[in-house]
Amino acid sequence: MSADSSTAPRLQVDTPPPDDLLTSRPVIRSRHPWRWVATAVVLVLAVQLGHGLISNPFYQWDRFRFWFTQAPILEGLLLTLEVAAWSAVLGLLGGVVLALMRLSGVALLQAVSWTYIWIFRAVPLIVLLLFLFNFSALYPQLSIGIPFGPAFSGIDTTDLLGYTVIGVIGLSLNEAAYAAEVVRAGLASVDQGQHEAANALGLSRARQFRRIVLPQAQRAIVPAYVNQLVGLIKASSLVSYVSLLDLFGTVQTLGATFPGDIVPLLLVATVWYVILTSVLSVVQYYVERYYARGSQRTVPPTPFQRLRTVTRKRFA
Amino acid sequence: MNGKTAVEIRGATKSFGTHRVLDGIDLDIRAGQVAAVIGPSGAGKSTLLRTINHLDQLDLGYVKVLGELIGVREHRGRLHELGDRAIRQQRSRIGFVFQNFNLFPHLTILENVTEAPRAHRRPTPEKRALELLEKVGIAEKAHAYPRQLSGGQQQRAAIARALALEPELILFDEPTSALDPELVGEVLAVIKELARTGTTLVIVTHEIAFAREVADLVFFLDGGRLIEHGPAADVIDNPQHPRTREFIGKVL
Ligand SMILES: Nc1ncnc2c1ncn2[C@@H]1O[C@H](COP(=O)(O)OP(=O)(O)O)[C@@H](O)[C@H]1O
Ligand SMILES: [Mg+2]
Repeated sequence: MSADSSTAPRLQVDTPPPDDLLTSRPVIRSRHPWRWVATAVVLVLAVQLGHGLISNPFYQWDRFRFWFTQAPILEGLLLTLEVAAWSAVLGLLGGVVLALMRLSGVALLQAVSWTYIWIFRAVPLIVLLLFLFNFSALYPQLSIGIPFGPAFSGIDTTDLLGYTVIGVIGLSLNEAAYAAEVVRAGLASVDQGQHEAANALGLSRARQFRRIVLPQAQRAIVPAYVNQLVGLIKASSLVSYVSLLDLFGTVQTLGATFPGDIVPLLLVATVWYVILTSVLSVVQYYVERYYARGSQRTVPPTPFQRLRTVTRKRFA
Repeated sequence: MNGKTAVEIRGATKSFGTHRVLDGIDLDIRAGQVAAVIGPSGAGKSTLLRTINHLDQLDLGYVKVLGELIGVREHRGRLHELGDRAIRQQRSRIGFVFQNFNLFPHLTILENVTEAPRAHRRPTPEKRALELLEKVGIAEKAHAYPRQLSGGQQQRAAIARALALEPELILFDEPTSALDPELVGEVLAVIKELARTGTTLVIVTHEIAFAREVADLVFFLDGGRLIEHGPAADVIDNPQHPRTREFIGKVL
């Protein structure tokens, strides 16, 4: 047989080759020439764009370098991180409470939760923030007492609510509405059989939630919520409208003082936001991988692992 | 085998919407007996079994396990549903094995088995769990996760989990129906071993030959009614009711 194939004539279209020849050679993949053309076109455009970005004096890269790590910018960055972090945590806690209310089976709690989510998803964040900012004008006194009755003690809202707190409250109220949906979807994704098995073992409802339902729901909740946080970081720039000097607020203020530097300052803000969301994207990627364990036989390779195999194949 | 009644069901009736799934079922199973519940799909077998540990609630009638009303208490001639805590206590005395195993996928096999004893604060849960895994023949899988086991091994782990609280009664809902044919035997062997130890078992099954061999009693259900029941040999070898005859003729 093998002697046969080694002496076989070159393939002709009209004479079918012997079977063992067809089965012994790997299939030749089709070439997709248009993919190469498209790649070339995009590459040229990208290089042009990059060159423009670097060489165009409009961007003033030397000013960019000057501003990038200036103290006010870094302080703004810190405030952005602080506001976003608090809102992420408080928003998630609120979301869990709202989701549990929604799944409670108690009609009033469900209605309250539904209404909350409905309203806070509908109201634009900036409107919500401005409302809160003017809150002290609307309710100058927060008082503790009998509902509709006399008040026992009161606090000045302006004392109670610093601007940072207003920003965090606004973002958290908004974030909770979205987090509630993420958490609810995660809890609902746990198989009904898991509840039944836990019930049949006589586990208390609290223990069922803590030991059986939540850990399984987390697989759906955590990656989705980390994704949600990318939006939160960008949305946090709106707190500059309520007098907060976050990253964006600082850049705006500096831009007013140094009008010539407005473009490099905006670039500074852009690059910092890109860095923050990139860090989150990497975190999200690894969180997803972590939670995919056990549900998939083989975990997909990381970008680095993929890059290594591709380069090895190409240049081997 | 003593004469105590392990399971007593009277007038069990339940509807889903307008569909009557259980229609006035009475049955008795004595302690130590093995009862097989058979019948066509949709007959109400699972629902009946699930009412025995109050996973499903009856509309009318009651279930008693070892003389104790399940899921309800009597007060002035009416039945009132019990609170969560009391129901949990009752369920801890009744094991349940599901068709689809329902193991907790994020816990190891050992953790699956120790979960309930820990929740109920039983002594030495781990030691006991390892003994049980030994008993069902998967001790070497103690630290594996459910998805890493074959279906037969998963069901044996689920049986070990059901045994962990040392229940006086174990309910099986088609324990081998989700298994590849070559894995059925290993699970049936474990159940057969349990039957020998004198625990009361109620098994919903389509394995008629197994029921004939292991069960003391057979209950044939159809359309939510108990059509025929009696010693396994009588019902299976010599069914009286035409529907029983037809059903057994089909599945044997
Ligand atoms: N949760 C439910 N809601 C509505 N109908 C149900 C529910 N559970 C079971 N049923 C119906 O009740 C009937 C009996 O179900 P089941 O007890 O599972 O039967 P079997 O186990 O004998 O196949 C079926 O017709 C089924 O569709
Ligand atoms: Mg069933």
